[in-house]
Amino acid sequence: MDLTYWLPIIWAVILVAAISIYVILDGFDLGIGMLFALERDPGRRNVMVSTIAPVWDGNETWMVLGGAVLYGVFPGAYGTLLPAFYLPIILMLLALIFRGVAFEFRVMTHGTGREKLWNVGFMAGSGIAAFCQGAILGGVVQGVKVVDGAFAGSGLDWLTPFSILCGLAVMCGYALLGATWLIWRTTGALEASCRRWASKLAIGLFVGIVAVSLWTPLLHAPYLRRWTDWPNIVFVLPVPVLVAVLGVLFVRGLRHEHSKGPFLCALGWFFLCLSGLGITVWPYIVPPGLTLWDVSAPPSSQLFQLVGTVILLPIILTYTIYSYRVFRGKVTETDAYH
Amino acid sequence: MQPAHDIALLLARFQFAFTVGVHIIFPAFSIGLAAYLAVLEGCWLKTGRSVFLDLYRYWIKVFSIVFGMGVVSGLVMSYEFGTNWSVFSQKAGPITGVLLSYEVMTAFFLEAGFLGIMLFGMNKVGRKLHFAATCCVSVGTLISMTWILSSNSWMQTPRGYMIDPATGRFMPADWLAIIFNPSFPFRLVHMGLAAFLSVAFIVGATGAWHMLKARREGKAATAPVRTMFSMAMWMAAIVAPLQIMAGDAHGLNTLKYQPAKIAAMEGDWDSTARAPELLFGIPNMKTEHTDYAVKIPLLGSLILTHSLEGKVPGLKDFPRDQRPPSQVIFFSFRIMVALGVLMMLVGFWSLWLRRTRTLFTNAVFHRVAVCMAPAGFLALLCGWVTTEVGRQPWTVYGLLRTSQSVSPIMLPSMAVTMTAFVVVYVIVFGSGIGILVRQLGHAPQEGEQETSSANASDILAERMHPEVIESTSGKGA
Ligand code: HDD
Ligand code: HEM
Ligand code: HEM
Repeated sequence: MDLTYWLPIIWAVILVAAISIYVILDGFDLGIGMLFALERDPGRRNVMVSTIAPVWDGNETWMVLGGAVLYGVFPGAYGTLLPAFYLPIILMLLALIFRGVAFEFRVMTHGTGREKLWNVGFMAGSGIAAFCQGAILGGVVQGVKVVDGAFAGSGLDWLTPFSILCGLAVMCGYALLGATWLIWRTTGALEASCRRWASKLAIGLFVGIVAVSLWTPLLHAPYLRRWTDWPNIVFVLPVPVLVAVLGVLFVRGLRHEHSKGPFLCALGWFFLCLSGLGITVWPYIVPPGLTLWDVSAPPSSQLFQLVGTVILLPIILTYTIYSYRVFRGKVTETDAYH
Repeated sequence: MQPAHDIALLLARFQFAFTVGVHIIFPAFSIGLAAYLAVLEGCWLKTGRSVFLDLYRYWIKVFSIVFGMGVVSGLVMSYEFGTNWSVFSQKAGPITGVLLSYEVMTAFFLEAGFLGIMLFGMNKVGRKLHFAATCCVSVGTLISMTWILSSNSWMQTPRGYMIDPATGRFMPADWLAIIFNPSFPFRLVHMGLAAFLSVAFIVGATGAWHMLKARREGKAATAPVRTMFSMAMWMAAIVAPLQIMAGDAHGLNTLKYQPAKIAAMEGDWDSTARAPELLFGIPNMKTEHTDYAVKIPLLGSLILTHSLEGKVPGLKDFPRDQRPPSQVIFFSFRIMVALGVLMMLVGFWSLWLRRTRTLFTNAVFHRVAVCMAPAGFLALLCGWVTTEVGRQPWTVYGLLRTSQSVSPIMLPSMAVTMTAFVVVYVIVFGSGIGILVRQLGHAPQEGEQETSSANASDILAERMHPEVIESTSGKGA
């Protein structure tokens, strides 16, 4: 087996898995932050926050893992993508600061004028972070100017109609994840509002997915061929079909008052979108120029890190699931009030 | 190089130093406080005395705020290597990036996974499991410190690498040599003690403040207040002398591997035996002389080599473009050492007061303890400034220059984000510290929370987190 060939592929799979887990987990956190804008009642807002307060830190850690893996295994990508997306990344980090401290600060300033500041910080921080993540993703897909292994573009190259569309789509998708999570974890008036929001957000996300899917193949010729050439088409066709199937399931779940169903469908959508993007850009990690192999660390680094990852990731998943289970069950307003 | 590049480099460095300097405060606080909380909960389980539970519940509120700020400021750090030092990360990523990944997988997840249970889970998992969660979080902070210091120490004293001639990248050759590089054990011990000491002085100052307040109101200090003050002063008396010994050993290690840094710390220009120790002076990098020097003969050699005849290095031994800026680290080093000595004196004083049974009544001592609240964190920051500025002009010591590590970021972007960082950090962390201080202004309540009564703990939890009471009811699937 040729290590220099296979190790980057294994790592690409791990990286995509880590990013997917991040998007799903922090997606509903950030979504709940955005839904704060729609829910004015302080009691219900407290319920919303209390469903994620014990887990948000763990969710965000997947993003730290994504950054660290990129840094250790694909340093060439870390060193070109981060300067290329300098402004949106810093903006996202600053937004996440406001979002993260708001959990404690809004409680500690309860009853004072400052509480409002942190509520707004929670909403705006969540929304801006979601937008930036989508825009960065879109920016990667549309490509980065690289000369001699270093970023050679300018600071605002990433900002295009396409990346803005991706940013908005991700905002919509995260809000949908948040709403469906709350359908699962709450009751009463809050759950009912969430069902209403979820149906609207699902339409928004659906439009976003269609628009991005139609636009992406037009960005670079190889993208188009990946989706239209025989026999590729056999492998990629299930993706749009499954998106539609999930759509049907989602509508039925909302109608029949399923509690978990809509959330699982939303997760499925995200998973399919990320797979679709992966299929599109493969094997480039910094399109259009750099492949996985161009940017990867020497095999000795990748191997050393792989050993630890294979041992540690299952352990991490085990205690993460345990901690989710400790806090399972519906949270109601009377619980949140006492 | 063109001036725009120089200014961008300066901003990149300043931005990194500012963000990491803010960040380090909170992790150090978390490391010390998590360990303290584990000790408190352990004492409570063992003795059943409610005073320990009162203290646990008091300090965990502080911990939840501090930890949150540590997480968000740390998130920034993990991406800033790439945004500000892209060339460094491309070259050293195969080593430092892997160490950071191990930190995430062995430490951050552990902390995050059990933090929820530690903060909100007392009524859900039972006492023993809850104690286990507290211990996991505490161990997590220590593991995290170990990896990041290994990475930083490797940048100070690189070992176990090869340089790829084609790309100039650092290729790992021997991971054990990389992780256990020569300065790592010293830095680990010194930093760990610094975190414990910093928190001890915060806890001590809080206790002293509430004793002074009770005294003004003509009341007796409550048991939790006295207990925490006493615990903190034990830490000061024991750990401060240990820290000075650790610092001394660290200095000898640095003399061996980074003599230019020592020369700059000491403000010495000419290498001599029987060197004096400078108490004060203003090093001048241009005239190659330390002005207004106040010296103690022979002491320099004695401290650095533990012998009167020992030869200590001088900055003139090194080419001009390899000298760290002495004006900065001469002072940061002295401030750290002075604070260390002060902390030790406070610790010894507390021992004396214990003998005379006036530890809880001596108001002068309590005032001093309140003033010493920030001493640990100040010393810690000064220590980092010494270490990092003393490494200049290198990022990877002797191998990769700072000026060759920086990203190709345009000056305008840099200037915009620098401003944004300062504004946001001042608002967020300024408010955070304000909230902390207000929180510490409330005295811990005695006996208010009967442990077995779910009801009482709910009332407490509600005050602390009104949104997360879901303990007694609401377990529907
Ligand atoms: C001596 C200890 C120490 C030092 C020097 C640093 N950190 Fe740190 N860091 C910690 C000790 C720590 C900690 C105690 O483990 C924290 C505090 C709160 C937490 O979650 O872990 C933490 C948090 C923390 C987080 C958030 C983790 C999470 O989401 O749970 C990240 C990404 C980093 N750090 C990254 C860094 C980087 C890139 C550093 C170097 C520039 C750095 N830290 C210096
Ligand atoms: C946490 C406490 C720390 C403080 C207070 C601190 C402080 C500083 C300061 C003041 C500088 C600027 C030096 C100068 O421009 O003269 C700097 C630079 C730097 N530090 Fe740190 N540092 C800390 C921790 C770390 C850690 C843990 C790492 C790495 C793992 C690190 C890596 C760097 C890098 C890469 C630079 C940029 C290059 C340079 O200017 O040396 N620092 N730091
Ligand atoms: C009198 C006592 C002390 C001595 C002799 C001493 C010595 C040193 C030396 C020589 C360094 C530089 C290491 C290098 O060259 O890279 C250092 C760094 C440092 N010091 Fe101290 N120190 C003392 C007290 C303290 C105290 C009281 C604290 C905090 C509470 C502290 C915190 C630090 C930190 C955080 C660093 C940077 C991390 C590291 O390199 O270990 N020091 N100290």
